[in-house]
Amino acid sequence: MFQTVSTFLPELFLAVTASLLLGFGLSKSQDRSVIVRYISAGILVVFGLMGYALDRPDGTAFSGLLYNNDFSDFLKAIIGLSAAAALLLSKHYFQSEKLDRYEFSVLTLYAVLGMSIMVSANNLLSMYIGIEMQSLALYIMAAFNRDSLRASEAGLKYFVLGALSSGLLLYGASMVYGFTGSLDFVTIRASIELSGPTTGVIAGMVFLLCGLAFKISAAPFHMWTPDVYEGSPTPVTGFFAAAPKLAAMAIIARLIVVPFGDILGQWQQVIIVLAILSMVVGALGAIVQTNIKRLMAYSSIANMGYALVPLAAGTVAGVQGMLIFMAIYIITVIGVFATILQMRLRNGMVEQISDLSGLSKTNPGMAISFTILMFSLIGIPPLLGFFGKLYAFLPAFEAGLWWLALIALVASVIGAFYYLRLVKVMWFDEPTREFVQAPHLVRVITIISVLLTFPLLIIPGISGAVIGLAETAAQALFVQ
Amino acid sequence: MLEDLPILSFITFIPLGGALLLSLFAWLGKADGREQLERNAPRAALVISIAVLILSIVMTLDFDSSKAGFQFMEDTPWLGGGIEYRVGVDGISVLFVLLTAFLTPFCILASMTSVKKRMLEYMIAFLILETLMIGVFVSLDLILFYLFFEAVLIPMFIIIGVWGGKNRVYASYKFFLYTLLGSVLMLAAILWIYFYSGEQLGERTTDMRVLIEELKIPGGVQTWLWLAFFSSFAVKMPMWPVHTWLPDAHVEAPTAGSVILAGILLKLGGYGFLRFSIPLFPEASLNLAPIIFWMSVIAIIYTSLVAYRQNDMKKLIAYSSVAHMGFVTMGIFTFNMQGIQGGIFQMLSHGVISGALFFCVGVIYDRMHTREIASYGGLVSKMPVYAAFFLLFTMANVGLPGTSGFVGEILTMVGAYQVNPWIAFGAAFGMILSAVYALHLYREVIFGEVVNEKLEGILDVTKTEAFILGTLAFFTILLGIYPSLITDVTAASVEKLIADFNTAQIAAGVQ
Repeated sequence: MFQTVSTFLPELFLAVTASLLLGFGLSKSQDRSVIVRYISAGILVVFGLMGYALDRPDGTAFSGLLYNNDFSDFLKAIIGLSAAAALLLSKHYFQSEKLDRYEFSVLTLYAVLGMSIMVSANNLLSMYIGIEMQSLALYIMAAFNRDSLRASEAGLKYFVLGALSSGLLLYGASMVYGFTGSLDFVTIRASIELSGPTTGVIAGMVFLLCGLAFKISAAPFHMWTPDVYEGSPTPVTGFFAAAPKLAAMAIIARLIVVPFGDILGQWQQVIIVLAILSMVVGALGAIVQTNIKRLMAYSSIANMGYALVPLAAGTVAGVQGMLIFMAIYIITVIGVFATILQMRLRNGMVEQISDLSGLSKTNPGMAISFTILMFSLIGIPPLLGFFGKLYAFLPAFEAGLWWLALIALVASVIGAFYYLRLVKVMWFDEPTREFVQAPHLVRVITIISVLLTFPLLIIPGISGAVIGLAETAAQALFVQ
Repeated sequence: MLEDLPILSFITFIPLGGALLLSLFAWLGKADGREQLERNAPRAALVISIAVLILSIVMTLDFDSSKAGFQFMEDTPWLGGGIEYRVGVDGISVLFVLLTAFLTPFCILASMTSVKKRMLEYMIAFLILETLMIGVFVSLDLILFYLFFEAVLIPMFIIIGVWGGKNRVYASYKFFLYTLLGSVLMLAAILWIYFYSGEQLGERTTDMRVLIEELKIPGGVQTWLWLAFFSSFAVKMPMWPVHTWLPDAHVEAPTAGSVILAGILLKLGGYGFLRFSIPLFPEASLNLAPIIFWMSVIAIIYTSLVAYRQNDMKKLIAYSSVAHMGFVTMGIFTFNMQGIQGGIFQMLSHGVISGALFFCVGVIYDRMHTREIASYGGLVSKMPVYAAFFLLFTMANVGLPGTSGFVGEILTMVGAYQVNPWIAFGAAFGMILSAVYALHLYREVIFGEVVNEKLEGILDVTKTEAFILGTLAFFTILLGIYPSLITDVTAASVEKLIADFNTAQIAAGVQ
């Protein structure tokens, strides 16, 4: 009992405070959205750091449904902090769109709770509960602007396809259960070791991976991404692009390492196909986009492909590479969405790429930060994105998948084209319009993101510490 | 005393510090102080670059050219896992550092009058570029090298795209994507070497000193790795047939951008061949050398012919650069003393001469705003001093004895003759062609009657321009009559390079 509480403490904290906040927001007629948002952001930061602050030993909760270790602590820290950043980013947007309701902050908390359960899930059932809890909150957030046709469309599309992917997941889980007799990750592994990978287990595993590929928007399960990214309110898109992707990526890593760790040959091909398709679709699809949010959608598809490359190696270094890559991607993408949120004219938000033209003359600070973020996404050293790709492709080389890494490198050259187009529009074109002064908070978050992108991994000492943190997390996954 | 200071890090990062300082001023400064900042930015940049130049001169004087190994070494933990911050110079790289530090102040000086918009950003981009270029020459760690090598793309993309001419967007894209594609293949090869070093040496490392001395890569793989490095260096060099980005980038770049491009960036490729391809992949280098020779000869003859047909002055000089780089690759892959020494000499002298030629074009471009050869003619009567400078640099470009251009070309040809006389013959034929296009350019622009009415009021060189061109002329002649200034410094390191190369060949032959 005590161990359950200790293991489950951060989630418990999140669940209780979220419910209290819901009641607090409901109890008075006056608008409490601002104060609820700040409290929620604080809760998320505390939640994120809790895992490291408590420094508990690894442990199970609820008779093995959840298993908390360094791996989950690492992920919870990034999820909590990035969700807090996304929540703070949304303040000004929702206020000026007259959409500011306290429910949004509470929904974010519930979504993070779902993700948190996902990353420490040790059982197909608790994994499913986590995914659904996260997804239900996300569906509502996508359609939060309910008077907008596009937002409702985005929410509905997300819901229908999400339900489909849940169906795949459940079908896969039931097959795995049927052929191994257990839902518990460790027992599944033992069963596979005993009787070998039967066709039923492999089919179930493929269904599970396909269902999760929906969640990380890996091609060929990416179709919903551009529409949902475009239709959802911009801060929600920023949130979608960061934390949920990481949580789903983490559960993929957990699945392939813990229950299916012994049948590398079976899942490796699935991961490789997903990775290659995502990189190609992401790189080519983005070239023709004119809307910056759609462009970022394709960019995220491509980046999920890169993140799958190290996972295909199935080694400690592979998981470490994925974690480093995803952490760096999230830092960058939050900066990008903070910049997109600054694209506001007097009469409302704009999101066409051409709206950025001549930005380096009208708003040099914003142009420089956006340029740095774009070059980081291309992966040009010395920016952080380069190290993300370096650590993502190294394990693939190590495992003898050098051709996969080579495809990834070539795809990133194609991808460079569309990021460069943004730089070109900002620096080479003549200005047509001027954005209004962005709110303070949004600019601060942009600056933090850019500063992190610029020197973090270059400074000796810091670089070693960050890499070490990811390494401990990756190792924890393999001892389980 | 100098040994204790991290002087190479100072030289590398002082310009970056200056750039950060300038951007900090721009960020924190008031909006009405902006104009003053724009005015003072070039002066600040000039002071910074001169400080770097002085430090580089001090370092070069302190450099012991009788030793073959790396000097002024710095070794600091960085990413871990064998990837560390390692810098140092040997006889080959010390001169490239000096060349970079030497050309940058002139570029900034020339930009003061020719750049008309966004001076502050221009200076920031330039200082960052200087840091990155010096970084390439001093880094002794593969990953660190790649970091600098690749990062050069960012400021160059912006410089070509923002301050370039009409077709700048196309040129900047072409430059960026061509070089990026080449570099990622090199990155793949670097990662392979990193893991292979772990298998063979017991500990993974990207330390160049260890890799050169101890790593033995099997012959078959050497070819692939060599080709991956080659794809990057050949694009940067640029060698025929991947040279097509260069004329576009040159034509659209501002004068100082062209000078940096021709003077230093083109040398990154040749330096890469010397520092990485030959020591790491000796067998593959020997096996593939014939291909390089023929590509070099084709480059020399073909691009010389193309240069003759150009209407645009900068394009003509750009194509002549490709031809001159052909001499460099030809010399480097002879693997003998004259050839490699000649290749290095040719790179350094081309850095000065092509830089000077682009300055010359810049001088009349600033006055007339056209680079069409046809719009000029008869400048000798209007700008006598300019005509004299232009003549000197044209002759140096052709390779007239007494100028530095001659030394490099004759040395590479002597080297090539020992390997294959036909190659030397082809290169010599290219020299004749170079006289054809260079004298054609000179005759059309300087001699003849003044036909264009707009030329009537053109003024001769200003004091600043005379100072820039005069200094470059001084070095062109100095190196032409006293080439030992360079060859003495490089000799020990080149000897070691060749000795290592021969040892590797013998070892491969025995197996």
